[in-house]
Amino acid sequence: MDEIVAEFIRRTILKIPLAEVVKILRIWNFLPESQLKTLNLRQSKESVSQEVVELCKKKHASMKEAAILDIIYHQTCQIKKIWIVYKMTKAPGEEVDLFDMEEFKDSFKKVLQRTLKNVHISFRESEDNAVWIRVAWGTPYMKPNQYKTTYVVYHSQTPFVFICHCRIKKYIPELCQALMTAGSYHEIRQMELRSLYLDSLKAIVFKQYNQDFQTYCTPLEERNLETEIVDPRIIHENMKEKERIQRVTREAFGDYVQPRIEFAQYKLETKFKTDSKNGILAEREEPFRCLVKFSSPHLLEALKSLAPAGIADAPLSPLLTCIPHKAMNYFTIREK
Amino acid sequence: MLCPERKGYAKLLGAEETLLKQLAMTIVQLCEGTAKIQVHMASCLPLPTDRECFRPRIDLIVFVLNLHSKYSLTTVETSLPHVDASFFLGKVCFLVTGVRKEPHSSIHMDTIKKLATTYHSLLLFGDLEVECFRTSMAQRLIRILQICAGHVPGLSALNLLSMMKPSLEPILEEM
Repeated sequence: MDEIVAEFIRRTILKIPLAEVVKILRIWNFLPESQLKTLNLRQSKESVSQEVVELCKKKHASMKEAAILDIIYHQTCQIKKIWIVYKMTKAPGEEVDLFDMEEFKDSFKKVLQRTLKNVHISFRESEDNAVWIRVAWGTPYMKPNQYKTTYVVYHSQTPFVFICHCRIKKYIPELCQALMTAGSYHEIRQMELRSLYLDSLKAIVFKQYNQDFQTYCTPLEERNLETEIVDPRIIHENMKEKERIQRVTREAFGDYVQPRIEFAQYKLETKFKTDSKNGILAEREEPFRCLVKFSSPHLLEALKSLAPAGIADAPLSPLLTCIPHKAMNYFTIREK
Repeated sequence: MLCPERKGYAKLLGAEETLLKQLAMTIVQLCEGTAKIQVHMASCLPLPTDRECFRPRIDLIVFVLNLHSKYSLTTVETSLPHVDASFFLGKVCFLVTGVRKEPHSSIHMDTIKKLATTYHSLLLFGDLEVECFRTSMAQRLIRILQICAGHVPGLSALNLLSMMKPSLEPILEEM
C-alpha cells in the first residue's frame, strides 16, 4: 500500500471522534467485522488510527477505498465548512429525461477529466436519490491533492446542488459545466443561500422545514401553561399585547423548530437618508455602502424569540422573516 | 407598624417580561407574611381600558430599563407622557439593569441620567439577572413602596425624594 494512502487513512481516522470510529468503519465495509471487533478502543487515538492503517495495509487498500472512507466521514460527522446551494435550470422547452445514476456518474467523470488532467473523482450514493461526489484537484504536473477536496451533493430528482468548496476556487466553472452536462441541464446559478448545516439547507430548499407542525403543537401549549404565574399578588396588565405578539410571531415563524443557519448578511446600496440638510453625508448622490451581518449559533430561533422576550417589536421586518421562505440569507438592498 | 388592611401597590413597567416576572416573584416572596403587596406588570402605557375598574390606586411606578436593549428605552420614553404628573413627586423610579456588561451597552449612561433628572425621579442600578442583586433590589423597592404607600409614619414619598436629592444635584451641575 502506498505511503500516501496510509497517511491519508491515518489522518482521516484521527479526525473521527473515538465513539464513531467503529460505526464509520462498519459503513465503509472494507475491513471485515471480525477485525473491527478486535480493535482496541481503550488506547489513544493515535494508536487506534495506527492499528486501522496496519489492518488496511494487509488488505492493500487503495486511494479509491480511502476516498470512500473520507466521504463517509463527511456524511456522518458535522464538518465545519460552508455549503453553498446552486440551482440548475433546463432550457425552455426541453424535455425531462429519465434519470440514470450510472449515466450521470460516467458523464460527470468524462467531462471533468476531459477538461482537467489529474483529478480524482469518487462517488457514493445515499438514500433519497442523492449522490455525494468527492473531487480531489491536481494540476497537469501534480497528482491530485487528497487534502484539497470539493464535495458535491446532488439530489437527482431536484435541480439543487450543494457544494462545499475547498480553497482551490479556480476550477469552479469546470465543475459546474460537468454537473450541467451530466444532469442534462442548461444553466447553473449560485443561490444566495449558505450555511454550515447541510440538513438545514436541504430543509429550506426542499420546503420541508414546516412539516413538524403536528409534533410540535402540544409541547408549545404545555410550555405556555407552565410560564403562567399563579400568584394572585402579581398581575399582568398587558395580556392582550402579549398574546398579540405570540400570534404575530407564530404567523411569521410557525410553530415548528426553525432550520439552523448561522448568519444573514444584508448589503445595503441605498442613499443615506437624513432629516438635516447639513453634514457631509446629506444630499449625496452615490449610495452609502454598508454591510449588516447578523450571526448566531441558531439565527432563526434567535430572531423568533426577539419579540416574545421584549427586545424587539412585533412584527419583525420582513427582511428577517422571509429567510426560509425565500431560501436566501445573503441580500442586496438597492434603492427602489 | 403596618396598617393590616391597606395593601401597597407597585407597578413594574418594562419591555422585557422575563426580568419583570423574576423581580415581581422575588418581591412577593420577600413579603411573605409581613406586608401585603400587589405587583402589577405592564409592558407599556397607556394600559388597556378593559380592566379599568379593577385597578387600585398605584403607590409606586418602577420603569425597568435594560442597557443592552434600545427597545426598552423607547418603550419607557413613549410610556412616560401617559403618567399623571402627581406621580413624579417621589412615586416614580427608574431601575437600570444590564450594567455589568458595559462594552455591549446600546444605551449611553448619560441618556439615562438625563432621563432621571428631567423627570426628577430616583435612579437605581442593579443586575436583575443575578439572584442576590435582585433580592437586595427587591428589598429596596419594598422599603420605598412602604414609604410611598404611607405605611411609614412621618415619612412621605416627597420627603424621601428630597433626602435623595443630593445625589441628583451633581448631575444637574454637569448639564
